[in-house]
Amino acid sequence: MTELLHKTAAELGRLIAAREVSAVEVTQAHLDRIAEVEPKVNAFLHVDPETTLAQARAVDERIAGGERLGPLAGVPVAHKDVFTTTDMPTTAGSKILEGWRPPYDATVTSRLREAGLVILGKTNLDEFAMGSSTENSAYGPTRNPWDLSRIPGGSSGGSSAAVAAYEAPLSTGTDTGGSIRQPAAVTGIVGMKPTYGGSSRYGLIAFASSLDTPGPFARNVLDAALLHEAFSGHDVMDSTSIHAHVPPVVEAARQADIAGLRVGVVKEFGGEGYQPGVLARFHEAVELLESLGAKVVEVSCPSFGYALPAYYLIAPSECSSNLARFDAMRYGLRVGDDGTRSAEEVMSMTRAAGFGPEVKRRIMLGTYALSSGYYDAYYGQAQKVRTLISRDFDAAFHQVDVLVSPTTPTTAFPIGERADDPMAMYLADLCTIPTNLAGNAAISVPCGLADEDGLPVGLQIMAPVLGDDRCYRVGAAVEKALEDRWGGSLLTKAPALEGLGYQHG
Amino acid sequence: MPYDEALERFEPVLGLETHVELGTESKMFCGCPTEFGAPPNTHVCPVCLALPGSLPVANAEAIESTIRIGLALNCTIAEWCRFARKNYFYPDMPKNYQISQYDEPLCTDGYLDVVVDGETVRIEIERVHLEEDTGKSTHVGGATGRIHGADYSIVDYNRAGIPLVEIVTKPIPGTDRLAPEVARAYVTELREVMRALGVSDVRMEEGSLRCDVNVSLMPRGASEWGTRSETKNVNSLRSVERAVRGEIERQAAILADGGRIVQETRHFHEDTGRTTSGRSKEEAQDYRYFPEPDLLPMAPDREWVASLKADLPELPSVRRGRLQAEWGVSDLDMAAMHNADAIDLVEATVAAGAPAADARKWWMGELARRANEAGKPLAELPITPAEVARVTELVSSGALNDKLARQVLEGVLAGEGSPDDVVAKRGLQVVNDEGELLAIIDKVLAENADAADKVRSGKVAAAGALVGGVMKASRGKADAARARELILEKLGVS
Ligand SMILES: [Zn+2]
Repeated sequence: MTELLHKTAAELGRLIAAREVSAVEVTQAHLDRIAEVEPKVNAFLHVDPETTLAQARAVDERIAGGERLGPLAGVPVAHKDVFTTTDMPTTAGSKILEGWRPPYDATVTSRLREAGLVILGKTNLDEFAMGSSTENSAYGPTRNPWDLSRIPGGSSGGSSAAVAAYEAPLSTGTDTGGSIRQPAAVTGIVGMKPTYGGSSRYGLIAFASSLDTPGPFARNVLDAALLHEAFSGHDVMDSTSIHAHVPPVVEAARQADIAGLRVGVVKEFGGEGYQPGVLARFHEAVELLESLGAKVVEVSCPSFGYALPAYYLIAPSECSSNLARFDAMRYGLRVGDDGTRSAEEVMSMTRAAGFGPEVKRRIMLGTYALSSGYYDAYYGQAQKVRTLISRDFDAAFHQVDVLVSPTTPTTAFPIGERADDPMAMYLADLCTIPTNLAGNAAISVPCGLADEDGLPVGLQIMAPVLGDDRCYRVGAAVEKALEDRWGGSLLTKAPALEGLGYQHG
Repeated sequence: MPYDEALERFEPVLGLETHVELGTESKMFCGCPTEFGAPPNTHVCPVCLALPGSLPVANAEAIESTIRIGLALNCTIAEWCRFARKNYFYPDMPKNYQISQYDEPLCTDGYLDVVVDGETVRIEIERVHLEEDTGKSTHVGGATGRIHGADYSIVDYNRAGIPLVEIVTKPIPGTDRLAPEVARAYVTELREVMRALGVSDVRMEEGSLRCDVNVSLMPRGASEWGTRSETKNVNSLRSVERAVRGEIERQAAILADGGRIVQETRHFHEDTGRTTSGRSKEEAQDYRYFPEPDLLPMAPDREWVASLKADLPELPSVRRGRLQAEWGVSDLDMAAMHNADAIDLVEATVAAGAPAADARKWWMGELARRANEAGKPLAELPITPAEVARVTELVSSGALNDKLARQVLEGVLAGEGSPDDVVAKRGLQVVNDEGELLAIIDKVLAENADAADKVRSGKVAAAGALVGGVMKASRGKADAARARELILEKLGVS
């Protein structure tokens, strides 16, 4: 069965459609793998083999009945536990929602189901997607399959680890400040943040409404494009969803040709604070792009330096309001309701007990930033920075077709290292945040291992709003050239998860 | 302090904030129905219960209704504006923020003219904005029915998310002793505008029109306005008037004693006409407004706004002007009809064929008296404009005189059937059988020979007594005009 684990999602979809292998067999192989490695990795918050196998059986029946389903029908997917699912609990990694069973499916969830994907389970995350390491989960940290003592990135760390550990060929994530790209980079896989509004937020438990973007993880660029296409597109339930066709991402991933493409290297990303091994792999990737026929120039984006502080005003402000609904009145945790306490006291006690420290920190930051008398200086000013960053991107995309940078300044850091230093933690998203503020598209693809620690490094490729296909086109070209050089995917260099009865083929 | 004394010493400044629940098919941000009176928590969904992950989608019909209200109130319609979140915790507000509008309302700077005591008062409108209603809390146990002291509270979210339009006036100075009447006239006029637009059923008793009354006082001759109170729970037109009067009296007493007015929310009590202190606003609640990131800005197309303006129905004040001209009535009579809520009834009676003067006469006379006796609004009398029109027709054809007509109306109101049914059942026909009438006349002439002689000799005025005799002898059923004609004919003076 292990050979099924190594196949790409595209191959699995083909084999299942041709009935050479059943969705049930593929699903069972992944469930077995989950059972095998989960005690070490902790990528999943919820796995329910019966429900999952029932989904797989239903897909097999539809295929047997002659139904023509999408290219990923029958392929398993791990689903970030921030999307609502009617058949599995949804917690957002928080105690305040422990055991909550949503009565409705997120749009991303229902589109996965319509496309015939089989949901393996719900993956771990930083509580309410707030964090860069998955250490902020109320249910314990997820570990990086490359080194179990290190973080898998965050907030979508469960999803990145599940794919990197071959527990799932595909997974979903959400990217608010880098929560897909940074975990993809530090686990050596592909992660894409689509254009804001290109994928629906309906049923995605909100962290920062103007930034949250659902996106795919996969072990290769084409698989990510297939998953991207499966759940994206306009949704009437999300007013901020864009009224446009999904950019031709699958076609772009297959094309992988970048001759004549203009590539800009963001001058402001690099230098102090960046790990030398990360910069070395990044510079090699830029040379590689040139060798593939791209025209590389340096581009300055002077406002990007203000992105991090602006983000840490806007995101907490929105979250302070978005998380107000967790008040013990209608769902979730309720603490102190013994008949003697007022509604206010129960709300207060529940929120004190139900939210973790990082969530509380951000609620307080945001509440302060929105306060009367401070609004203009903080939230108002941050919105102006946001406009400036969009202008930097606009100016840059007049000169070049895509921008590139390292995805994250360092490789995966050890669990616990930055847990008590929020500022150090926030720096993990230095390169990814400008794209969230401007709402454009960006992808992270593996570009090698850092010399110091042998851990994966990600190349970030940024494209204009609705230019998602460019990310895939460049990403696929880089992937093809590097895999030719490496003789296979970067993950083949990952150490086996020892003592777990699994060896790389 | 008595009202007159209060007004001698102080000048009131009014402000009115009115909330109107729109009568859209579905709620403001989800597809749930808005129908009133359904079993609790049956008109709810993930969006209006604020389940995690749910998102609002703005109701286009509600936006259109708000713009139409703005246009009817002579406002400027924003070219670009946004919803904003108003953040505060309360169990009947599922998201713990209300989607409202803050510094970018849909409509600004309008006015509404109202007539009080024959004078037109222009009420300036500061803003008209769109927001969502909250759920409805019921506090069980405790003495006051309010949250403090209650044993427990239950919440019905059916109302949560119903579109609500807030209409805020600018401060209204200069109303002087007419302040209570001006406040009432404004809410009355606003209600009629909403009805004419067909955007809401504006039922104060069901809460689809709610009014907060702000009152402040300043000493006569002062130029700086005083601290204001904001009175809520004002649930009828009469209460609007009483709340203003009560606040003027209360504040005047405090100020006259050298006290100061606390800026606060006060609750109006229907039974006493007084207000009691609610939440203090001295430590202003910080709502942490910010633009709603889940919704796109609104940018109403200019041509569309122009077409909405062109398609506005005739507004109540314009309609009253037109009807007044058509009916040929005085300002005073028109105002009386307006105050009695009789205009629609008179108009419908005229439409059913009655002359305007007759329609007005019956509604403002006999029927108003009956309504008053019954303690009911005119419109709730069990008689239709068509029935009133039929009565006027019977009178003008001579089949009934006024006295009989009153009996017919009484019969209709008593449920005896249509005017024709009542006429038939009670035998109320005017006597118009000439044979019978002539016999009565002969008898009356014989019994009143003196009067008859006077008429014969040219003193026609003496015929009045003879006609009176005929009416008496016929017990009112005779047609007095015809009787007079026949008497004069018989006496050879016609
Ligand atoms: Zn609803």
